Amino acid sequence: MFDVEKIRKDFPILSRKIHGKPLVYLDSAATSQKPLSVIEATDKYYREYNANVHRGIYAISEEATAAYEGAREKVRVFINAQSVEEIIFTRNATESINLVRFTWGKQFIGKGDVILISEMEHHSNIVPWQLLAKEVGAELLYIPINTETGRLDQNAYKKLLGRKPKLVGIVHMSNALGTLNPVQEVVRLAHEAGAVVIVDGCQSVPHMPVDVRDLDADFFAFSGHKMLGPSGIGVLYGKKRVLETMEPFLGGGDMIKEVTKEGAIWNDLPYKFEAGTPNVAGAIGLGAAIDYLKDVGMKNIWAHEQEMAKYTLKKLQAISSVLIIGPREAVDRGAVISFALQGAHPHDMASIFDDAGISIRAGHLCAQPALAVHGVDAVARASFYLYNTKEEADRFLKTVQKVKKIFGS
Amino acid sequence: MNMYQENILDHYKHPRNKGKIEGADFQHREPNPLCGDVVEVYVQMDGGKVADVKWEGAGCAISQASASILFESLVGKTETELRKLNTEGVLTLLQTSVNPARLKCATLGLVALQKALK
Ligand SMILES: Cc1ncc(COP(=O)(O)O)c(C=O)c1O
Repeated sequence: MFDVEKIRKDFPILSRKIHGKPLVYLDSAATSQKPLSVIEATDKYYREYNANVHRGIYAISEEATAAYEGAREKVRVFINAQSVEEIIFTRNATESINLVRFTWGKQFIGKGDVILISEMEHHSNIVPWQLLAKEVGAELLYIPINTETGRLDQNAYKKLLGRKPKLVGIVHMSNALGTLNPVQEVVRLAHEAGAVVIVDGCQSVPHMPVDVRDLDADFFAFSGHKMLGPSGIGVLYGKKRVLETMEPFLGGGDMIKEVTKEGAIWNDLPYKFEAGTPNVAGAIGLGAAIDYLKDVGMKNIWAHEQEMAKYTLKKLQAISSVLIIGPREAVDRGAVISFALQGAHPHDMASIFDDAGISIRAGHLCAQPALAVHGVDAVARASFYLYNTKEEADRFLKTVQKVKKIFGS
Repeated sequence: MNMYQENILDHYKHPRNKGKIEGADFQHREPNPLCGDVVEVYVQMDGGKVADVKWEGAGCAISQASASILFESLVGKTETELRKLNTEGVLTLLQTSVNPARLKCATLGLVALQKALK
């Protein structure tokens, strides 16, 4: 049974007071809080078996290697990848996407080629492709958003596929709009058109069951810190047969089998893409986070968040002068709720919320194009996770009223 | 929330001296890349003293109100006096306590002025 009060007890930070009021943390889309089990797992590594991995012929190095590789296996099972060779540890989703840019991208995208991404991408799935397009003379096109519904314009997408893109980049769930994209369908159509697909799973993997084989994505990127794990650890999933066509990313230790003065032989997957000493503690922490999430159950977490989204969206929209940016119905969307309030700037809102002990995000949310097509340059955003309650949603809603009063919205 | 005092909200909703001065003696546009707020200031001198100040801008209540309040206070000041203005002076003018996180907003107008004088 899903018991939010029991879950809350596992997160030490949630007992903090901010300006004398209990912390209400509504910024999990930026980064999630960490349960004790994750904090303890990284702590235990440093206290009891800190050693480099894949190197030492001694007990604690073997323990560290086993824990690091154990975490990789946990990630594999969690997203249902076929093999651990397909799970590359990175620093975060941004690095995962850039890895693809610097390897597959530079190898297979050339002058005049088309890269197709959506208008609702996070900057981390826009800027790398802008840079690559500029570098090789490719063309970057955008799948438009229907601003009435907050969803991808599917017809426009189908038309754009006629331009035969080499690569399609799509966010699974938007961090700015909350939209859950029909990624399986997007991938199927892209493949029919001959494109390779990279999916940004930053906001999906932490909140719902994800099966990369079901989605059939060629690349799938996400960050550990948004799914209860430590910061500085991320994942790039790549289909083995695609990874096998790729030259290495960074050169150095761990990514080679043999080095002579003349050259080197690359290591096997996934190590070929993991040069240098990795974030061992981070990977172990991510493994503990996955254990925690599986324990609660991803279906339960998604159901809880759906309920939070439904509850909050309904009450928020009932407040006059509130404008929701993104889908207004709690269908095919997450509990990431962006909104504007007439006459009140999002930064002023965030300050008033902070004063009430409530952490919300304000600004462009690293998704400026997504906001720009909606005619706004900044919004306030409340994002919910497994540890948020209806009482917290009520405190949030009460504070919206307070903002409204202060600014006479 | 004591940051949003009456005078701040008043200046936010009814900013004073908005506009441009063609061929102003001092002029500078200062954006805050963190949040996208912007203030552009125009200062016209006459006989060594500020004769007129106009400004344009967009953003949060703190940045816009503090620009409005600061610029309103400049008429009649000498260039030397303008150069002496600092964060403390702006906070005194605002008559409110500004959260550390919002100090950059409160001083956007000041920074625009300081860069205009360079
Ligand atoms: C949808 C989405 N993609 C990518 C990112 C980038 O994640 P990171 O900064 O961890 O690389 C984020 C996080 O803000 C996100 O929400």
